[in-house]
Amino acid sequence: MVLGTYKEVVAARSTDKQIQKIAQDGGIVSGLFCYALDEGLIDGAVVAGPTDVMWKPEPMVAMSSDEILAAAGTKYTFSPNVWMLKQAVRQYGLEKVGTVAIPCQSMGIRKMQSYPFGVRFLADKIALTLGIFCMENFPYESLRTFISEKAGVDFDLVEKMDIGKGKFWIETADQTLTIPLKETHGYEQNGCKVCLDYVCELADVSTGSVGTPDGWSTVFVRTDAGETVFKQAVEAGLIETKSMDDVKPGLGLLEKLATDKKTKAMKVIDERKAMGLPVPYKGSSEKEDPLANI
Amino acid sequence: MSILARIKSFLGMEAKPDEKASKEEVEKVAEEKAKPKIGYIHLSGCTGDGMSLTENYDILAPLLTEMVDIVYGQTLVDLWEMPEMDIALVEGSCCLQDEHSVKELMEVREKAGLVVAFGSCAATGCFTRYSRGGQQAQPNHESFVPIADLVKVDLSIPGCPPSPEIIAKTVVAVINGDMDYLAPMMDLAGYTEACGCDLQTKVVNQALCIGCGTCAMACQTRALSMTNGRPELNEDRCIKCGICYVQCPRSWWPADRIKQDLGL
Ligand SMILES: Cc1cc2nc3c(=O)[nH]c(=O)nc-3n(C[C@H](O)[C@H](O)[C@H](O)COP(=O)(O)OP(=O)(O)OC[C@H]3O[C@@H](n4cnc5c(N)ncnc54)[C@H](O)[C@@H]3O)c2cc1C
Ligand code: SF4
Ligand code: SF4
Ligand code: SF4
Repeated sequence: MVLGTYKEVVAARSTDKQIQKIAQDGGIVSGLFCYALDEGLIDGAVVAGPTDVMWKPEPMVAMSSDEILAAAGTKYTFSPNVWMLKQAVRQYGLEKVGTVAIPCQSMGIRKMQSYPFGVRFLADKIALTLGIFCMENFPYESLRTFISEKAGVDFDLVEKMDIGKGKFWIETADQTLTIPLKETHGYEQNGCKVCLDYVCELADVSTGSVGTPDGWSTVFVRTDAGETVFKQAVEAGLIETKSMDDVKPGLGLLEKLATDKKTKAMKVIDERKAMGLPVPYKGSSEKEDPLANI
Repeated sequence: MSILARIKSFLGMEAKPDEKASKEEVEKVAEEKAKPKIGYIHLSGCTGDGMSLTENYDILAPLLTEMVDIVYGQTLVDLWEMPEMDIALVEGSCCLQDEHSVKELMEVREKAGLVVAFGSCAATGCFTRYSRGGQQAQPNHESFVPIADLVKVDLSIPGCPPSPEIIAKTVVAVINGDMDYLAPMMDLAGYTEACGCDLQTKVVNQALCIGCGTCAMACQTRALSMTNGRPELNEDRCIKCGICYVQCPRSWWPADRIKQDLGL
């Protein structure tokens, strides 16, 4: 199953106009965190917060809706959110922590929860993991190269970046520029090449843009904890949903992209194994489902 | 099969069980079903590992009284002669200049069914790796090694100290005979030379790092920070416990267990 195990998948967006305006897609991550904070389901959330350097995020512990919103939007470079989880508990004293995680971050979190060798009194304080889909991530210098060199835009003027429809999109106040993904290819970090998870298969709820129209998100509800929060937020009217069957391009595209990502990664994994290089995952001959994230 | 028999046969420590179960054997199994006999052996460690065990307040009382039998251990049991044990938890590295430690460790291997390197000092040497001797009370005590350098170790539970949770999970797995859970700890028995620089040599250098920050979160001495999405080590703070690499999602990946734990 290339989309992981899930209870439900829907098209959804936040009904809050402000969130719709600043969020990357349907504002699911920010909307759910704000709701969970208000309802006391979490005491705070680790998000990719802004820094003095444009588009260079740093993990931060958001304790209010304002802080959640200040961190909305996708930054296509590293924000080592898992690092901040310990501070969230030790320094901020949170008992119930939320966190947004790209698939590989959710893998670090889940491994720690199942095998907390050196990590004390943290595993059961992670109350809500919101996963976002991820095809690849870029070193900051790669991003700078696309924006300044390839697109020729001043980094500070960029208001939004996005990946979709085969292109890297750069929006400023008065123009929208695109770079074909063929040209960004080769700038992604190398570790992504063995990554077998596209749709954040281990999060409580995972979401991304692919599958739904602009301004909407595709949402997988996976665990019991995720189901509770998502259902409540929908019932409270903070999130509106549509059936995936009623939206375009729909689940088919997501399945195709997930299959492509996993197939490519398996090839690299097998090649690495043949060269004797380490990989934490099984080779295709060692597992039943060649595309499983194991 | 009793848990212990299962552990032993899994670890290849016992002859294959006889197909035909004689009455005698059934009795033997019934006898084996008794609470596992556990010994606590304290070599060159700080007692932090034992203290972490006791921090499992919820389960400590039933654990000690109903689930296991502590049969040996300084300050725990009034016994000089080391008895036969099912499981020996060894805390601390072994000082090669201390003949008593070396002798005790050898004896543990003989008397215990399973030898567990409990805590990073026993598992990787941890901060005792920095010892160079020349100090009171024994200036010639200078060489401290992980116990796997001297004896075969069956399971390793690194951590400085290991968290109360991993100790509880391990105990439960041992009692349930849950070998899948213990399998990574059997592999970790071979990870004896640890350092924060493993992240560079075994992850970043191998084109595997993805900047998740799990290593920096896990480091128990805050020797790690993240710079431009990669771990940066402050060597002066590193105690060579190995936890950063052990927790890294790119070192080993227990996918099935995680799915099971999440109900996925
Ligand atoms: C590197 C990367 C690659 C992605 N690739 C895809 C893709 O291929 N297909 C797809 O459908 N979706 C992808 N996404 C997800 C998508 O861009 C949106 O983040 C997602 O749909 C959530 O939108 P939202 O409106 O619900 O979130 P918002 O409400 O806008 O919130 C986004 C949240 O993500 C956090 N965040 C931003 N950047 C990072 C980061 N670098 N690391 C960790 N957290 C971060 C923010 O702090 C914020 O909390 C990717 C995201 C990232 C970070
Ligand atoms: S592709 Fe995988 S490894 Fe790379 S950043 Fe995304 S989730 Fe992490
Ligand atoms: S834990 Fe994450 S950031 Fe640290 S070395 Fe491993 S992959 Fe890199
Ligand atoms: S960097 Fe930290 S976790 Fe890693 S070995 Fe050193 S002290 Fe241990």
